Amino acid sequence: MPPRPRRPRPLSVVGTSPPRLEGAAKVAGTARYVDDLEFPGLLLGRTIRSTVPRGELLGWSMGRRPRGLHVVSAADIPGRNAIALLEPDQPCLVRREIRHAAEPVLLLAHEDRDALASVAVELRERPRKAQLDVRASRSFCKEILIEKGNLSRGFARADRIVEGEYTTGHQEQLYVETQGVIAVPEKDGVTIYGSLQCPYYVQKALVELLSLPPERVRIIQVETGGGFGGKEEYPSMIAGHAALLALKSGRPVKLVYDRSEDMLATTKRHPSIVRHKTGVRRDGSLTAMQIDVLLDAGAYVTLSPVVLSRGVLHAAGPYRCEDVQILGRAAMTNTPPNGAFRGFGAPQTQFAVEVHMERIAEALGIDPLELRRRNALRPGDTTATGQRLGADCSALPCLESAVRRSRFVARRRAIEKHNAKARVSGGPLRGIGLALFFHGSGFTGAGEVKLASRAALELTPTGARILVASTEIGQGTRTILSQIVAEELGWPLSRIEVADPDTREVPDSGPTVASRTCMIVGEILRRCAQSLKRALGRMTPRQYLAKNGPLVVTEQYDRPKSMHWDDVHYRGDAYGAYGYGCDVIELEIDPVTAEVRPAEVTAVQDIGRAIHPVLAAGQIEGGTAQGIAFALAEEVVMRDGRMANAQLTNYAVPTPLDTPPMQVEILEFPYGHGPFGAKGVGEMPIDGPSPAVVNALRHAGLDIRDIPAVPERIAGLVDSMRGAAT
Amino acid sequence: MTTWTSPAISSMRLERPRSLAHALDLLEADRGLTPMAGCTDLYVGIHFGSLKQRRFLDLQPLASLRKIQKRPDGTLVLGALVTYSQCLDSPLVARALPMLASAAKEIGGVQIRNRGTLGGNLGNASPAGDTLPVFLAADATVVLASARGVRRVPISQFFLGYRKTARRHNELITEIEVPPIAGKQWFRKVGTRAANAISKVVAAGVRGEGITFALGAVAPVAMRAYAAECALGSALPLSEAHRALRSEITPIDDLRSTAAYRARTACALLTQFWSETR
Repeated sequence: MPPRPRRPRPLSVVGTSPPRLEGAAKVAGTARYVDDLEFPGLLLGRTIRSTVPRGELLGWSMGRRPRGLHVVSAADIPGRNAIALLEPDQPCLVRREIRHAAEPVLLLAHEDRDALASVAVELRERPRKAQLDVRASRSFCKEILIEKGNLSRGFARADRIVEGEYTTGHQEQLYVETQGVIAVPEKDGVTIYGSLQCPYYVQKALVELLSLPPERVRIIQVETGGGFGGKEEYPSMIAGHAALLALKSGRPVKLVYDRSEDMLATTKRHPSIVRHKTGVRRDGSLTAMQIDVLLDAGAYVTLSPVVLSRGVLHAAGPYRCEDVQILGRAAMTNTPPNGAFRGFGAPQTQFAVEVHMERIAEALGIDPLELRRRNALRPGDTTATGQRLGADCSALPCLESAVRRSRFVARRRAIEKHNAKARVSGGPLRGIGLALFFHGSGFTGAGEVKLASRAALELTPTGARILVASTEIGQGTRTILSQIVAEELGWPLSRIEVADPDTREVPDSGPTVASRTCMIVGEILRRCAQSLKRALGRMTPRQYLAKNGPLVVTEQYDRPKSMHWDDVHYRGDAYGAYGYGCDVIELEIDPVTAEVRPAEVTAVQDIGRAIHPVLAAGQIEGGTAQGIAFALAEEVVMRDGRMANAQLTNYAVPTPLDTPPMQVEILEFPYGHGPFGAKGVGEMPIDGPSPAVVNALRHAGLDIRDIPAVPERIAGLVDSMRGAAT
Repeated sequence: MTTWTSPAISSMRLERPRSLAHALDLLEADRGLTPMAGCTDLYVGIHFGSLKQRRFLDLQPLASLRKIQKRPDGTLVLGALVTYSQCLDSPLVARALPMLASAAKEIGGVQIRNRGTLGGNLGNASPAGDTLPVFLAADATVVLASARGVRRVPISQFFLGYRKTARRHNELITEIEVPPIAGKQWFRKVGTRAANAISKVVAAGVRGEGITFALGAVAPVAMRAYAAECALGSALPLSEAHRALRSEITPIDDLRSTAAYRARTACALLTQFWSETR
């Protein structure tokens, strides 16, 4: 173990697990979400969407209009008809061109739900041939090439070359609370109350859409029932819609999607096709890795270039190799745009590399565990972008701890014995699989420098109030940020308050995404607390306020001096820190139904420092369950460019009964620039489960390279492996 | 000052009968009246806007239909309003019809099991209804009452087509009669997940002097697999029973599964039934 930084004093708040600050209100049902809010004269909104995956909108007609109906079309947009994000290609409302089958065309509002639902709108659409096959698409919104060393030299040094192709499907975020906002018209602008992750993203989008200055577009995040990335970008769309209706009608407008509309229209995880060609020596050392990553972006750019970026940066896995080439492309198709989802490209590419590692071991006839031991990144090694890893590189300790805790070697032997008998008797087969993975915390490369996030602390008579735009979406933001501030000030947690994320009150601390809230915003806040402490000296807050008046301390992101990134050549320090993890999953296959039942999970993850160990373990457990379902259950059925199973009855997210017992171990290899050593934790847990599951299936005898591995897809393999199930 | 109109009064109409006789009179008088019990299916239709009916007969006041009884001749009589939770708690069901308890245990979650009723499951007649294969395998009888009298329909003649039953508009399902069963009972549901799932294939069987085997979600209606039963009964090899089964089912591809998976799993369930009831 590398040496840990000297601590000035033992920690008293960080590392403990107090009740989460808003927990009681959520449990008691008093927490108020968007749909709970009422305003005088409130109208309800409805969205009319395109019905063809590609074509032109020629016009529309409306049946009987109830009195008091408000209608908004693209012609009513005062500013630019685009959702401002990376590219301005996605319209807020279709004007003429239709690129997917759930595009918003018209907006309606009425005060009565039934009257609103009764309005019949007919769109006149001229369909054109749609591109629904990502492999056939020649339209790329982003290409990235990473090159390290010399690929042909690497292949020349190899004893064997192993190739493989691996695919993953869409995945729906399935936050418990669907997308929803309320727009309230103000004298000179608009206020948005919304279920969202990034208040300042929404502000930026509405400023352009409505042609208003930022101070007249106020965004307030209300209690939010989950996000998982799904509320990173889409709230800009739905808030734009509600705002247009509110400004036209002059009344507050509530727009809340039901589950079907939410699943049909909003973003999902990018489907992926990843091809590996790997040179390897007889002893298992990797000599060359050539990786080709293709993501299905859908109909608009949204965040696909950055999802692709994170995808390629994780595509080689936590392994050392001198000669690497990674080519990534995000291709456009006529399906609803895909976007941010926990993991952000990394679960797809690490699924591929970890399943491929298993095939390499097989091809060489060596133990997959030994293969990983030989190649796992160590302190001092470099990643595919040439980033030299520090003492906190913990891939090997994670691997060894997971192997020990799960008794991997003994269980593997026992399962092989069990399966030999089960193959004769026809009983359930078992398998055990392992995946080693890593995850970069914070924005990629120079992203954090560009964001230049700010956070502030305001002195109150009894303590301090946190002012950040980072949102609580169920992951524990309020609680952990309060812990960091309390720890630095040496105060009890009860003296720290957290302001609601409201663009009129809080500085732009960047989006609540990319596992950055704790590590990046938490560190800025810790520095605020340091400054506040200095300013206070020996005074109590009350004394200070009496003597000097109000005090607000603001700090900005400070790039670690050693960090360098070349965005043109994709070289250098891609992330400030990496977390590492290793999952071991044991499962059982029912030969009668071809159903796979995960039986036991061991998840070991290094997150630098667990600010709140219970919440951190909760993130790991939740992400692991979501990752297992990504591998085994969650299948988005696309027909003619639309999600056909956009109902909870037909899209199988796991229940507690589908979720196996989990053994979670948190390792702490601290990061020097994170608060008290913390790295990110939110996303990493979803990287490992899907390859661990598929590697366990391989151990049981099933050769699977595509997920989700639902029974319908694997029944043929199960049957042929057993002779015949029938 | 603007005045807002008050929200519209619901366009739906709900009748609450005082007694069974009153309920039957209401049904006699209004062809468009839809009986509702636990509403676990109706509310889905209302939510998705797919339910066309606007007038409903609330069966909740009819306490007499909530009973589980055993007649002296051994017949188990289940009231139409008996819930899945009641089935799980009932010693009578546990003794006489354990495969019904097995089915009840895997339906929905606790809330659905507290609301959903046996009569509703039969009346809704979804091909994936989980208790339907149980009653088919048990050779149950559906008791239908109207203002004009009572009619008993063998369950094998109750399901006429996709969500179509022998119930006439003026009739109510009041009871399900299950004759004494000699032999081992067997049930298995294959859903999209471990709980709160709709069946992709569901099967129930009885193996005693006679053999019954029934399936759901492999045809437009829940069905008895007579040909497969016959093959099993005449001690033909299992492969013959599979061939027979495949000839009588008509599974489809839909959002939850595929025809191929349903057919191979129906056969695998038949095998499992046969080996576990030996």
